[in-house]
Amino acid sequence: MTNLFILQLLNGLQFGVLLFLIAAGLTLVFGIMDFVNLAHGVLYMVGAYLMATFVAMTGSFTLGMLLAIPAALVFGLLVEYLVIRKLYHRSHLDQVLATFGLVMIVSEGVKIIWGSAPLSVPVPELLSGSIALVGPLQYPVYRLAIIATGLLAALMLYLLVNHTRIGMLLRAGATNQRMVAALGVNITRLFTMIFAFGVMLACFAGAMVAPILSVDTGMGESVLILTFVVIVIGGIGSIRGAFLGALLVAMVDTLGRTFGPILLRMVMDSSDASQVGRTLAPMLVYILMAAILFAKPDGLFGRKTT
Amino acid sequence: MRRTFLLAMLGATCLSGAAMADDGKLKIGLIYSLSGPAAALGDQARNGFLLAAEQIGDMGGMETEIIVVDDERKPDLAASRARELVERDEVDFVVGPIFSNVLIAIHKPVTESGAILISSNAGTSNFAGEECHPNFFVTSYQNDQNHEVMGAYAQSQGFDNVFLMAPNYQAGIDSLNGFKRSYTGGVASEIFTELGQLDFSSELGQIAAFQPDAVFTFMPGGMGVNLVKQYTQAGLTEIPFLSAFTVDETTLPATQDAAVGFLGGATWAPDMDNDANRAFVSAYEAKYDHVPGTYAMQAYDAAQLIDSAVRAVNGNLGDKDALRAALRAADFESPRGDFSFGNNQYPIQDFYLVQAVKREDGKFQTSIVEKIFEDYQDNYAALCSME
Repeated sequence: MTNLFILQLLNGLQFGVLLFLIAAGLTLVFGIMDFVNLAHGVLYMVGAYLMATFVAMTGSFTLGMLLAIPAALVFGLLVEYLVIRKLYHRSHLDQVLATFGLVMIVSEGVKIIWGSAPLSVPVPELLSGSIALVGPLQYPVYRLAIIATGLLAALMLYLLVNHTRIGMLLRAGATNQRMVAALGVNITRLFTMIFAFGVMLACFAGAMVAPILSVDTGMGESVLILTFVVIVIGGIGSIRGAFLGALLVAMVDTLGRTFGPILLRMVMDSSDASQVGRTLAPMLVYILMAAILFAKPDGLFGRKTT
Repeated sequence: MRRTFLLAMLGATCLSGAAMADDGKLKIGLIYSLSGPAAALGDQARNGFLLAAEQIGDMGGMETEIIVVDDERKPDLAASRARELVERDEVDFVVGPIFSNVLIAIHKPVTESGAILISSNAGTSNFAGEECHPNFFVTSYQNDQNHEVMGAYAQSQGFDNVFLMAPNYQAGIDSLNGFKRSYTGGVASEIFTELGQLDFSSELGQIAAFQPDAVFTFMPGGMGVNLVKQYTQAGLTEIPFLSAFTVDETTLPATQDAAVGFLGGATWAPDMDNDANRAFVSAYEAKYDHVPGTYAMQAYDAAQLIDSAVRAVNGNLGDKDALRAALRAADFESPRGDFSFGNNQYPIQDFYLVQAVKREDGKFQTSIVEKIFEDYQDNYAALCSME
């Protein structure tokens, strides 16, 4: 049982850092630009598709990643310039409508370019295989690599936000956007930068996850809702909140799915336990969100709404 | 215009057979999921049907018009698309869909209009039993059967500790019940995952901890691709992986080597040894450049079935009784070999254990290992009142 617990902790951590990479961009865009971007999940999907393409072209995971990230950046800038920029001053409803349209256009576009069958990206040779943990349990090396890169990315984001001039502008923008503009900062350029940066992080997450998940047109939608849960729990606009929120959501989800039914089996008979367990497990994350919002309506690190 | 309107009205009031325009043309509507994550399945089915149509030329010796629509895997949308096909386009046959919930939605609008509905994939238990309908034919299987095949295999191997896993929706629950109908050994654990779940690390951890004799799962589409890849990555391949609708020609291009050796239950595999099958597989691969799966084969047979029946009645589509009788005769060469209809107009056929293999040309396909059931009929046929 302890072995299983350690294994699931690792799984939770891996899922958490992945969620964080996606949520970081979304929370910045939502928090600083006050822009509701439903298309964020789609960008994650595009990252995975770009990765699949470049890995297939070059035959190398590293080269694929090096090509996929700049391509993702270009794509992000393009989307920002063509669509998002026109929506900054519109209502949230307009933004939701427009980005929802974007979701459909990009999904269909991806289908036209890459076809409907799911694609796959091979795990790089160096990181394939799995290492023995304890007893019969093994853990894939690639997932450990995701944890490491994710934590590294989180650290770099922390340094960027808290110890650089750009980070200072970001934090200032998150607190009071109009004041920042009044002080002579080019807010349009800042917005473009934030958006492109968020896209890049999401695409990076998509690229990292491509070898363990299938790359298909539905992958963005499935992750988007959880990402919104993460940023709401963490407090909109807070990177630190997104990090903690992502870990919390991932842990609750992973551990709840495994140990929920096991715990239930101790108090009720097996078929009831599996029935209740499977109903309850997908709800856990939302129960967590409700509990946190009940105690802290602005999320863990949210600024007070005035 | 007025005539069309009247005909549509007649169709809407369900006067059996009256809505069909007798213009000397054979009209067929295909309804498949052609967009979204499951589009690969619909694409295969459409390709399979169109391949047969192209090879045959004038189907049933008549000028043929084929209308393809996308149900987007949405039952409500599918019902209105199906209604458009029978009322506005006045098709004689509707062929499709992939998914059972879509089938349930389109069954009534199509069969009650007088048109013939041929399901080339979904085969729900209700339409096999009490709700069987003279205008409804199935060229695939009854949904439970592939799971029963795997249960029978697990039983024959003497497994006594099988780990069961399926998505938490009706087809998933049916799947595990189907498995347990022919498997009486012990169950290590029974897990229902969220529909659409893509990361199975938590479930795989439990499999590793339980160390069962075998794993049985039903994870169609993208879910299966992910599960298979992660299963291999987690180093679990020593535990036999049994599945239905999980490892097939639509998922193998994505799972590739990760799925090789995994077992499944099916009515057919591309390497089946008969002339009709060799002709079908080579023609399909030449035209579409990928390996056909059961979805393509069953749609191919649906086209052959229509052709054979319309030919048998000399293109007289107005005589529905004769047409239905001709359909029931199933007078065509199926790539899967023996094929006939039971009283509920679901197939009676053989079922096989299949295994994913890598071919010499580097492509992947399933391959027949052994026959599990001979001339197998579904468990619901007795509930159907048709003779």
